[in-house]
Amino acid sequence: MPNYTFTVNGKTVTVDAPADLPMLWALRDKLGVRGPKYGCGINVCKACTSHLDGEAFNPCVTPVSDCSGKEVTTIEGLADGEDLHPVQEAWLEQDVAQCGYCQPGQIMAAVALLKKTKNPTDAEIDAIQNVCRCGTYFRIREAIKSAAAKM
Amino acid sequence: MASPTTAEGHGSEAPDPGGLGRRRFLTFLVAAPTLTIATKIGIDTVAPEEAEAVIPTPPGPAEILDLGDVLILSNAPTANLLVLEVREDGRVRLELPRTEVGQGITTANAMLVAEEMDLPLDQVDVVLSDARSELLFNQLTGGSNTMRSLYTPVRTAAAAARARLVATAAQQWGAKADRLSTRDGAVIAPDGRRADYGALAKPAARADLGKLTATPKAESAHKLIGTPQSRKDARAMVTGQLKYTLDLDVPGAKPVMVRRPPTINGTVAKVNNEAAVRAMPGIIDIAVIKTGVAVMAETFGQALDGKNALDVSWNGGTVDGENNATIKKKLQAAALPFVVPPLLTQYVDGEFDFAFASHAPLETNSAVADVREDGATIWSGMKVPILAKQNIAQELGLPENKVVVHVQQAGGSFGRRLFSDGAIEAARASKAFKRPVRLMWSRIDDMRHGRARAASHHKIRATFALGQVLTFEHRVASVETDWSHGLGEVLTAFAAELPVGGNLSFAQTVFLLTVKSPYNFGVTTQLLNEVPVDFHTGAWRSVYSASTRGAEEIMVDEIAAKLGKDPVEFRREFIKNDRQRAVLDKVAELGEWGKKMPKGFAQGVAVHGEYKSYTACLVEMDARDPKKPRVTKATIAVDVGKPINPRGIEAQMLGGLTDGISTTLTAGLHIDKGLPLEGSYSQFHYARQKNSPMDVKVFVMPETGEIGGAGELGVPAPVGAIGNAYARATGIKPRSFPINFPIDFEPFPR
Repeated sequence: MPNYTFTVNGKTVTVDAPADLPMLWALRDKLGVRGPKYGCGINVCKACTSHLDGEAFNPCVTPVSDCSGKEVTTIEGLADGEDLHPVQEAWLEQDVAQCGYCQPGQIMAAVALLKKTKNPTDAEIDAIQNVCRCGTYFRIREAIKSAAAKM
Repeated sequence: MASPTTAEGHGSEAPDPGGLGRRRFLTFLVAAPTLTIATKIGIDTVAPEEAEAVIPTPPGPAEILDLGDVLILSNAPTANLLVLEVREDGRVRLELPRTEVGQGITTANAMLVAEEMDLPLDQVDVVLSDARSELLFNQLTGGSNTMRSLYTPVRTAAAAARARLVATAAQQWGAKADRLSTRDGAVIAPDGRRADYGALAKPAARADLGKLTATPKAESAHKLIGTPQSRKDARAMVTGQLKYTLDLDVPGAKPVMVRRPPTINGTVAKVNNEAAVRAMPGIIDIAVIKTGVAVMAETFGQALDGKNALDVSWNGGTVDGENNATIKKKLQAAALPFVVPPLLTQYVDGEFDFAFASHAPLETNSAVADVREDGATIWSGMKVPILAKQNIAQELGLPENKVVVHVQQAGGSFGRRLFSDGAIEAARASKAFKRPVRLMWSRIDDMRHGRARAASHHKIRATFALGQVLTFEHRVASVETDWSHGLGEVLTAFAAELPVGGNLSFAQTVFLLTVKSPYNFGVTTQLLNEVPVDFHTGAWRSVYSASTRGAEEIMVDEIAAKLGKDPVEFRREFIKNDRQRAVLDKVAELGEWGKKMPKGFAQGVAVHGEYKSYTACLVEMDARDPKKPRVTKATIAVDVGKPINPRGIEAQMLGGLTDGISTTLTAGLHIDKGLPLEGSYSQFHYARQKNSPMDVKVFVMPETGEIGGAGELGVPAPVGAIGNAYARATGIKPRSFPINFPIDFEPFPR
């Protein structure tokens, strides 16, 4: 099998995997990076949302070969050591998470949105498609607005 | 679970048996595929003598003793078996014999311990107990029961620990224990001496302290309980550190997925291309197990590819001939007849249908299992782990004490994890492969072969005269809900205590212990009849109440309209209970009931009471496009008797609201040839951000008394409120749920 080299949360890694192996499984099963979650495998629930070269991507449908030479950031790499990212802080402040399973993806989607626009409108927040089965959407909205205000 | 059956039947009214005068026992004997007999104390259906007074409805069983009470009763013999440990670092660790699936019970129980022991909240660790056989019934997470059942036992355990720490310090200092106090995790003497709990932990375990008595603090002295607190596990969640089942590293455990049959409960006849699949990259092993063909691989991606590549010949399942139409026909035939003919009085009738609804927790069914010749260890998110342990032991042919079952925090449940089928399947796979496995269900399988809320059909009739409601009858016909996860055993063991008579099935018992009408509508009967169709069903958050009470709240608006009354004013007049009325008043005030709305917009309101708690919900809806209505604002008031953590209660109500939005407007399963068509969130339309209101206010009422349930309370009122808002905005009476339910997708292959 071919080798693919990329960085995950700042560390350079090499995985030995078939070219078409979805990145989610390279991360979770080969590298033990378990923050990104499986929820559907077809890019509709968005639970695995992470960043590729700073933009939101969904590892469940991205082949490992597409990540070669790129920078991958997962939820584990968002905080700066013990210092949380402002979006994570906002999530704590609003007490967003219930079961928590979708929240790494929700947070990574929110961070990507705030990179694009400093003050997202309700319509832009509505466009986030990540499923939260616990139904925390209103607190997610409040947390994004709160993070935007602080950033 | 057998339901009693009968060939023939009819509604009948028994003669006055006990000289009750105007009061009579109404008995119903009923025809349907399964029989139902139920008795209720009612009041004769005659026009009221005084036109002004509402006609009182006697209390229903759930008002006398509800399901939560039964669970508390069943837990009583083992209530003192809680494990609470004071550690040398001063932290206190409570083993919780319940399962955290997002409802916030680890935080709420930590609050109880912190309060009782005068300890900072962040010094308390709450971990989930392994399956503990000796707890019998006391390790079942369901029935909105955790805080109700543990409020006193956990405080009692913490009070005992505190008393021991104080007595130990008293012994060391030669002081009188009653002169000592506790603060910030330490025992303090009047002269200022201080001993941290950590330093006392060891001596307190050893010291001969004589007989100590400890009673929990007076509630009036509580400082932490009742204040809003954030989730203790939130930081682990937002940093990706929280370990769900498949985030565990169990040495040697390899990914396994199962190829499942094309219809529910189908079985493997033959695997036609095993060698070809074994040759695929990463495939380690293949085995036929009871539920399908298990594929082990180096990664889940490869296990999924392998499972999809399998060519399997299948035997039929249990519901192969069933589809939406056949089920609806069975349900309509099974709905019990009304007793009260619409003679001489005015009446309103309504028939309602609710589709199957997937629990669809975001973490699919999953488990890790390490089965050896002489023992087994299992990890999974399970709400009834003792039963899982028993089942796994039986399945593997091992004694129960050779099976260790670790309960993992889970990514949602909504009732799904009452069933431990994933854990049992993982045990089977590990046994077949002779090595540890990490078993994961695909989302498609989780939706199609997982559990679902049973589809139901509802007939409601209310009669009224002279401005009063004389009778209110509700007949529910439902596909059988599977109660084989342990609750049935509780009900059997405590049958003598139940306020329901007759030879009722578990399901009927649960129905009568959970569903109640909040109104004085004269003679009120709510009856369930089940159709035994062998789908994988299961209790879905609020069980029968979301559909039963949701439909009733829509009828309440229609009755009010017939009587020319405002929906809020009408409810205020007929509601039985002051707490129920108070939450209605609160949402009417905060939500500005009756304010002017543009065309296509409307407000809707509904109430619900359950497990000794009460709620009301007022929504605003934009239904300018009736095919794409959106709830734009929601105001909820909730009275749980005694709020432990108001912030957690708000979260539960927010979740209930989103469940209500989803199942009322868009989320359901279509059945075709014995299988749900929906296989992912692109097809089962659970709400997303764009379907969620921009403004939600939840008002937690101040303490009114005894602690009630909160986990399931929040669904039914939004169902009714959303239905009513839709009717008012569009003029269309909602009758079938979800309201907008097209097959707007290409189903995945079977």
